[in-house]
Amino acid sequence: MGTSARRRAAGWRAGALPGLLAVLAAGGAPLAAAQDHAGQYEQADIEFGARLYDANCVQCHAETGDAVAGVDLAGGVYSRAGSDAELRTLLRAGIPGTAMPPNEFNASELTGLVSYLRTMRDFDLSAVTLGDAARGRGLFAGKGACASCHRVFGAGSRTAPDLSAIGAVRTAAHLQQSLLDPTGSMLPVNRPVRAVLEDGTVLTGRRLNEDTYAIQMIDQNERLRSIEKTGLRELTAGAESPMPPATDLLDDREVADVLAYLLTLKGL
Amino acid sequence: MSTTTRGRRILLPLLLAAALPGAAAAQVTFDRLLNAEAEPHNWLTYSGSYSSNRHTALDQIAPDNLDRLELAWIFQANSLEPFQATPLVVDGVMYLTEPVNNVAALDAATGRVFWKYEYTPSPLARPCCGAVNRGVAILGDTLFLATIDGNLVAIDAVGGGPVWKTEVADPAAGYALTLAPLVIKDKVIVGVAGGEFGIRGYIDAYDAATGERAWRFYTIPGPGEPGHETWENDAWRTGGASAWLTGSYDPDLDLTYWGIGNPGPDWNPAQRPGDNLYSDSVVALDPDTGELAWHFQFTPNDPYDYDSVQIPVLIDAPDGAGGTLKLMLWANRNGFFYVLDRENGRFLNGTNFVPVNWASGLDDSGRPVQTPQPPGATTFPGVQGGTNWYSPSYSPGTGLFYVSAWEAYGSVFEAQEAEYQPGRVFLGGRPANPFGAGANVPSLRRGHVNNWTDAAGGGAVIAIDPRSGEQRWRVAMTDVTSSGILTSASNLLFTGNREGDFHILDAETGDVLWRKPLGGMIANGPMSYQVAGRQYVALAAGHSLFVFALKE
Repeated sequence: MGTSARRRAAGWRAGALPGLLAVLAAGGAPLAAAQDHAGQYEQADIEFGARLYDANCVQCHAETGDAVAGVDLAGGVYSRAGSDAELRTLLRAGIPGTAMPPNEFNASELTGLVSYLRTMRDFDLSAVTLGDAARGRGLFAGKGACASCHRVFGAGSRTAPDLSAIGAVRTAAHLQQSLLDPTGSMLPVNRPVRAVLEDGTVLTGRRLNEDTYAIQMIDQNERLRSIEKTGLRELTAGAESPMPPATDLLDDREVADVLAYLLTLKGL
Repeated sequence: MSTTTRGRRILLPLLLAAALPGAAAAQVTFDRLLNAEAEPHNWLTYSGSYSSNRHTALDQIAPDNLDRLELAWIFQANSLEPFQATPLVVDGVMYLTEPVNNVAALDAATGRVFWKYEYTPSPLARPCCGAVNRGVAILGDTLFLATIDGNLVAIDAVGGGPVWKTEVADPAAGYALTLAPLVIKDKVIVGVAGGEFGIRGYIDAYDAATGERAWRFYTIPGPGEPGHETWENDAWRTGGASAWLTGSYDPDLDLTYWGIGNPGPDWNPAQRPGDNLYSDSVVALDPDTGELAWHFQFTPNDPYDYDSVQIPVLIDAPDGAGGTLKLMLWANRNGFFYVLDRENGRFLNGTNFVPVNWASGLDDSGRPVQTPQPPGATTFPGVQGGTNWYSPSYSPGTGLFYVSAWEAYGSVFEAQEAEYQPGRVFLGGRPANPFGAGANVPSLRRGHVNNWTDAAGGGAVIAIDPRSGEQRWRVAMTDVTSSGILTSASNLLFTGNREGDFHILDAETGDVLWRKPLGGMIANGPMSYQVAGRQYVALAAGHSLFVFALKE
């Protein structure tokens, strides 16, 4: 685990979860708004951001955030950025002519960093951890059975969405919610569909595309299907995710490991 | 010599029965690629088969039913970059690159999209001549995409997810990838573009499973290698010789054939004395090792940018003594049509197919007898050539070779000293328009209004008898053409032009049997496939892919 000594390495404590989920259920805060208290940032994003801060920022800014003259990150004193949106821009572009370099952070990394920077003064990291990505990778293919439906860089099944770039397009908080409550956090695009053809053949799978006259899906046998609706006896989209909550197969620490692994998946 | 046909028609009904509409098994083994001509309902490689003849055994669309030919569907690209890709079709699923480097999987019968793989090229990419891509390759259930910023990307053909990415070339140094890769056995073969940037070209093979490089063939030999003596001083380091168009493959000889681009700087040969191998050549390579088996150079010490980047068309013909001649047909940008022995690269025959004055002819070895024009005089063909990258076709049915040509089109060449700077153009002059101020140069024509002078030349579809090199017929067009050509077992020839006309010709006679204005430049090769018993013909025009079939 890459976290520094000031944080107690702790697994997810069962008692911390309900509170965490209550925060998640409140939904994401609009990024452009100036935010002034910790509750507006997702716990998992803050943790993800803390890890990124350790890897990218701590050398110049120090753990306390006040090592650069005129800047006190924990105290909310920035030289150039006011709003969260400006902070995101600055993190990517750097500050020309200073030691602050441009960085290729993706959207979820920026969300994490901003979340951490805005809360680093009073954030207690002992309540949650992202876990270990290498262990998470093993759990993804093994005990967690994630690869029996999901695919990553050419390995795994295609019945559920390809996750090769999921760490770049979803925030840590969103991923955590998906792991713990797949149905509650399922995007409409991922609703499972059931199609009954005129000859009685039943296809189940994932809807890829749909219009007035046809639907495209990938079926339970990982085959692409394009079906005219006139040739359908029945077409339904389920509200329940085929994915069980990760806690059915994994303990809290292992879920944290898988989450850490997912955040490493940034496409090619 | 008369040409042979294979027994494809007999296999056809059996194979069509195996096609499952609307479903994708997508396991395209190397064996299927080898026998692509035996499953004409699919289109498995850029040129349709390893012999690259762009001939389909499908014959449902025929001369006597063209009145029933109608639009089946259109795919509109979300891009204003030139659309030059040839799609693949595998068991009812079409794989198409949307300019520049997105890949879409579509229902080939309806055009509806299953998924799109979106790729954002690096802003460092600086292609000379348009941010184009000519299509993907497939092996197993993996697609291979060569990107404008120099990467080779493997994509899951079923789900559309990424598999691996490998850097082939450095875009900051002027390299780009525009071609559809060629899969041979377990390797993915690509060549680089960048002949206008002082690159040193190469052809690479990558392991299809891992993306690891298996071999590299430098198209300019380095010190100590045979052919290096055709360069002086350090000119070889910046001598160009790109390879930006998909090659062909002969499985019996186990050789893959690739056309090589112009030497650099393009128009100042004095900066690179010598023949400049292997620029403007065809090379025959061992697909396992990249080792050179033979080469044939079309234009030594080229001062005109006559890239030999055309599709090598492979045909077999009786030798008259009970044996078989393994031939390669090549209509070159330099205006000559060549017949080579593809076992050893021996020159057999060559005739100009458009007016040519840069050479008075070819000697017994196929080497041009160069006749440089005086300063200010017009050289024919002009800088874009007598033809270019547009796929030709060979029909076993008619025994004819068909090519899109630019006729009576010339340029005034003037050499200038060029200084090499990494990543900057390295041209050595500029070809001028010989037709006076205000006249349009064909290679620059764009848009809907064309009112150039007749003197600027025009396009034509030319049918060449490869036995004699003689023209059998030609169909002239007002504007030049950048369209490839497809022929069918029903003796139809499908092609288009810059004016946006999709026209269908009688492959025997050249008679125009059917035409439809599509409203945008046609700049790829039409291709054909069949789904659920219905034959389709697809071609890009403007920024869309148009697909036609007989009215049901």
